[in-house]
Amino acid sequence: MKNMMEVKDLTFTYSGASEPSLKSISLPVEKNKVTALIGPSGCGKSTLLRGMNRIHDLYPGHRYEGAINLLNPDEKGYTNILDIKKEAELIRLRQRVGMIFQKPTPFPMTIFENIAYGLRLSGVKKRADLQEVVERSLRDAALWEEAKDRLDHDARGLSGGQQQRLCIARAIALKPEVILFDEPTSALDPISTLAIEEMISVLREQYSICIVTHNMQQAARISDYTGFMYLGEMIEYDQTDTIFMKPSQKQTEDYISGRFG
Amino acid sequence: MRLIMNRAFIIFSTLAAIVGLLFLGWILFTLFSKGLQGLSFDVFRKDLIEGGLRNVIVGQIMMSGIATFIGIPIGILAGIYLQEYGGNSRSTEFLRDLSDVMMSAPSIVVGTFVYAIVVVPTGHTSGWAGVLALFILMVPIIVRTTDDMLKLVPIELREAGIAIGASKYHVTMNIVVRYAKAGILTGILLAFARVVGETAPLIYTSGSSEFWSTDLTGTFPSLTVSIYNLATMPDDKMVQLGWTGAFLLTTMVLIINLLGRYASNKKRSK
Repeated sequence: MKNMMEVKDLTFTYSGASEPSLKSISLPVEKNKVTALIGPSGCGKSTLLRGMNRIHDLYPGHRYEGAINLLNPDEKGYTNILDIKKEAELIRLRQRVGMIFQKPTPFPMTIFENIAYGLRLSGVKKRADLQEVVERSLRDAALWEEAKDRLDHDARGLSGGQQQRLCIARAIALKPEVILFDEPTSALDPISTLAIEEMISVLREQYSICIVTHNMQQAARISDYTGFMYLGEMIEYDQTDTIFMKPSQKQTEDYISGRFG
Repeated sequence: MRLIMNRAFIIFSTLAAIVGLLFLGWILFTLFSKGLQGLSFDVFRKDLIEGGLRNVIVGQIMMSGIATFIGIPIGILAGIYLQEYGGNSRSTEFLRDLSDVMMSAPSIVVGTFVYAIVVVPTGHTSGWAGVLALFILMVPIIVRTTDDMLKLVPIELREAGIAIGASKYHVTMNIVVRYAKAGILTGILLAFARVVGETAPLIYTSGSSEFWSTDLTGTFPSLTVSIYNLATMPDDKMVQLGWTGAFLLTTMVLIINLLGRYASNKKRSK
């Protein structure tokens, strides 16, 4: 199976920090698989995820070393996304690598416009085209039945779980190749969490997914591969079953069995 | 002991509130009773020279309106710069502090300043000088409210905008400013309410006129300056007209303030 993304020897230092937050991290994100990142708070898992679409670049002064390779659309060869300098190319990168955040982030617009916004920015103008993608995205995000009669209502009127599904619909409307989830269910109730988890296992058929979670059961339920991080290092990466059943590192075993973290 | 302190505190704060409200009520009562006496259609139909207030009301709204019209884009853009592009640099902090100082600058100082740079060189008072004075007074208010309102926009919203491939410009204009829209609108209304009732910056700049005029290059009719002039006249009729003007002005400011409150409450209930 091909790797959609490959993080190679990535060292990342925040602006003004003397110590790097990520130390020589390597991680593959396989195509059409779910890769989970687990580890205690402050281990760098979110920092790693936020490097994979270069959202760190919003705040100047940080430093990347190493490489994050993204499979080219023609599947021949890779491009190191850390080499991207121009803003136009960064925008293109973020359309290819979508992101869902911890807190739902509906834009202050109608439900329809929330999803159409990214499409409009990427140049889709025709109303019919927009309508088609909005409907398909909402269906894929399991929100169509609940939202179809109020597409012209403000998106902030939706419940938290619905808002998070809207954010997923918004991301998949752009047909990204990779979707990054940054603790997407930690602000949601158990039923909404279940809905999102089910959706992730369906989305896997079309997208490559990397998810940060502090809920180990969630990683075990939905991921194919798991990386365990601790203090800015990748301690162990393997198939999820192996990580949870017979990890090779003592630290991983201690964390999984709840001895720390 | 704690119970006594508690009770004493409640009594004192209630008393203080009553005293404050008493004076407010007294002012409003006086204004209403004296102002309403002189209220008639003629007030709106006739100019000051004929015993009405038409020209000065129109003049006041025109000057405040134009100042607001020019002040809105400049103030909002400056506020956006401070919050979205300025970062935490020292020059940003300096500009922010400067706006704060300007916001509390005594309005008579602004009036004197405009008198010195416009009225003295041109040799006469003019509507534009009045507009400039009001503009200087209101821009810092719009800058700081815009700045504050944008600060309340969650950082995640900006990141989410960037994450779906929007540029910084698009995130700022389509997401951040839209999120803060109601707050910014409130700021504009409050800034307008603040300048529409100003007298000091207009006394030396626009002056006031008893005749109808829409020519901002000449001495311009002003409601507030007229109230000031009318109140000191020996003629009872004139003093009465002053009260009526004061009543109308208060009503106007009150309505704008309530509109501002309404807009910000509507935002909060979302």
